[in-house]
Amino acid sequence: MAEPASPGEGKPEQAHHVLVPPASVSPSAPEQGAVADTDLLLAATSISKAFAGVPALVDGRIRLKRGSVHALCGGNGAGKSTFLNILMGLHRADAGTVMVKGRVVHYASAAEALADGIAIITQELSPVLDMTVAENIYLGREPRRLGWFADKAKMEADAAALFARLGFDIDARVTMRSLSVAKIQLVEIAKAISRESDILIMDEPTSAIGEKEAATLFQAIRSLQDQGVGIIYVSHRLTDIFSIADSYTVFRDGRFIEAGDLADIDRQRLISLIVGRDLRDQEARDSTSTGEPMISVSGFARHGQFEDISLDLAKGEILGLYGLMGAGRSEFANALYGNAPKDAGTVTIEGRPVEIRSPSDALSNGIAIVTEDRKETGLVLTSSVSENVVLAALDQFSRLGLVDGKKVASNVDGQIARFRIRTASRDLPVQSLSGGNQQKVVLARCVETEPKILICDEPTRGIDEGAKREVYAFLSAFAAAGNSVLMISSEIPEILANADRILVFRRGRIAGELKGAAATQEALVHLAS
Amino acid sequence: MSTELTTTAGAAGARSQAIGRFLSRYGILLSFLILFVILSFAHPNFLSTANLMNVLRQVSINGILAIGMTFVILTGGIDLSIGSVLALTGVVAGSLVTGGDPYNPAIAFFAAVGVGALFGAVNGTLIARFSVPAFVVTLGMLSMARGATLLYSNGRPIPNLSPEFRWLGQGFIAGIPVPVIIFAIVFIAAWITLRYTVYGRWIYAVGGNVKSAKTSGIPTRTVIFSAYLLMGALAGLAGMILTARTTSALPQAGLGYELDAIAAVVIGGTSLTGGVGSVVYTLIGALIIGVISNGLDLMGVSSYYQQIIKGAIIVVAVLIDRSRNLNP
Repeated sequence: MAEPASPGEGKPEQAHHVLVPPASVSPSAPEQGAVADTDLLLAATSISKAFAGVPALVDGRIRLKRGSVHALCGGNGAGKSTFLNILMGLHRADAGTVMVKGRVVHYASAAEALADGIAIITQELSPVLDMTVAENIYLGREPRRLGWFADKAKMEADAAALFARLGFDIDARVTMRSLSVAKIQLVEIAKAISRESDILIMDEPTSAIGEKEAATLFQAIRSLQDQGVGIIYVSHRLTDIFSIADSYTVFRDGRFIEAGDLADIDRQRLISLIVGRDLRDQEARDSTSTGEPMISVSGFARHGQFEDISLDLAKGEILGLYGLMGAGRSEFANALYGNAPKDAGTVTIEGRPVEIRSPSDALSNGIAIVTEDRKETGLVLTSSVSENVVLAALDQFSRLGLVDGKKVASNVDGQIARFRIRTASRDLPVQSLSGGNQQKVVLARCVETEPKILICDEPTRGIDEGAKREVYAFLSAFAAAGNSVLMISSEIPEILANADRILVFRRGRIAGELKGAAATQEALVHLAS
Repeated sequence: MSTELTTTAGAAGARSQAIGRFLSRYGILLSFLILFVILSFAHPNFLSTANLMNVLRQVSINGILAIGMTFVILTGGIDLSIGSVLALTGVVAGSLVTGGDPYNPAIAFFAAVGVGALFGAVNGTLIARFSVPAFVVTLGMLSMARGATLLYSNGRPIPNLSPEFRWLGQGFIAGIPVPVIIFAIVFIAAWITLRYTVYGRWIYAVGGNVKSAKTSGIPTRTVIFSAYLLMGALAGLAGMILTARTTSALPQAGLGYELDAIAAVVIGGTSLTGGVGSVVYTLIGALIIGVISNGLDLMGVSSYYQQIIKGAIIVVAVLIDRSRNLNP
């Protein structure tokens, strides 16, 4: 978020929405009474938590009913993660009460929460890569034979039955290592579901999976809903929220802001609640393409990943690459950048053929990349903001191999101001920043190398709406200055609004190109699947 | 996160956080100073110039090894072979400066550093180019270099080293032992390299996140290779100094030295997973180990007990480091 809104903002309009007062007397009281005990799964009121004196959560509340999918919304730093950690017994609240199925609880560990029927699917995946899918699902609660031996056959049979019930197409006998990120995410989801909990918390479950897997997941969610499971659904993807959730709670700056039914609210209103100011739903940008060719890629191929990929990118253009998970978009982008091998393919930049064998070749030819996973491949988490920003451009800041500290400092401060990176100091470790600000550090690093061509692989994954807007604005300005952007995204509204032209990948090939009025959500999905 | 949420209740927390930051930064230095003061009172001779110079001279060899080890560990690796490589370079240097017609000590110096660098290069190639785990490669090299040492020396010490050569281990310049001066030069060069050079930043980036470093155009394999090369060369330097100090080249020298070097790095708080640490803390780590064994020697504690105490201190140091990093 760029400007912190004062917590009071946005409240005047609240009248017709359900505002849960601290005393937790719901306005829908008439229908409560008798059914309250069975219908209300979870009620948390006035939860607060500070870390080392710094408050992370001031007033956290939620009311989750049986059979409901309740969206918990808020920007990065709104206190959602802290709140969920308290519900799961991973943190202890400083104040406030949590009631689960009518009983006040004080969980001291996640095991207690699990035993009480609360399970969570976290954003951070934690698979044991060299164990099988079935072993991962039943980790720590393996079915036994003779009291000592793990019953592998039963585990595999149970896992297969679970997948069949959920409609997930995964072999329970293979190792986790052999699965794609999307499949690993589905396994984690299945693992949580297999605990047969009444309350299921899903933290950004679709952030790593494609449209197809998401559709499968939503079907599974609906069937859980029918069984009376209550689901707290956390996501930055508003499209997902409106298609799966029925009610919502919004947090901002560690405080409860509003709760209600999604039927009573539109996307516009939800966005303004989350960011604390009116933020118009994004409109398509005006193309700044000059038509002058910047880069031409021809005949790119890598066995088993992508084939015959050719594209032209003009100066001033933002070209979108869309495709389902595993369609070969990211693999292609990495091969273009020299970060992964290719079997064939040529590249021409501004009419000059170039050979890109390594990332340093790409950088010296004016290509920079924002990788798909900022923690895995993007940032050096143990280093400071400053070191991360200048990492790829250290040569520019050094003479005879010695780094000029003053030059680095003034430059990094300039980038912090330019990207509005919210950090108290350039010397703080980058891992102390929120996701959106970490992503801006990655962008700042790319800019430091003064690229002409920027490859962005999922540039807004897991960051809040306000930060997203800033990323879009940057990309737009970058293109307007005569540069080119290759934007990979699996968020359809994002790619529709930001790309001048979209190439759709399907099973390793370019399935088609969409542009202008022809570029619609339906057309994209149609081409991609 | 919004700052306006900070209430007055946060002030005390902020202060305790500041203390925590101070401790995590200077805790190791504080422990060293406390240890130093205790030993000063425990034994009258501890503070004598002769004894302190002796401590520094003893620390020099482990210190040089620990500086190389800091580079290796910062990249996320480990080198277990240095004790054996040190012994090999020691006998190689010794063989060049023994007998009636010894070579110039400079030749021995370059031979020792060269042989060390060669072994480091082999380690580095296998680890960086062929992606064999550092633990396995250097464990193998530990055995091979020791075997090579015994072969080269026929398992016998090489005595009668030339006085010019022995000066490198026993001599003084302006009252300061030569090994201490060499160690100081190595330390300052390493400190400047890690702190102020592009190469130094690369070492941290590779250890912190090798994928990110690669994406940023850093030649990650070369950086990893160079750390083992440097480690090998420094093991050669240390081997030469040790030989010059002990007046004959011993094929069984350097047993377990790799553990002391790793201990100095770890006590200094450098993360074994890479990316975090500094040679300044490694220096203090080496000094702590040196001062403890010197103090225990002075007090006449058996060397058997000394090993137990040293081991316990390593574990406690890491334990303190852990608890400091745990979030509430």
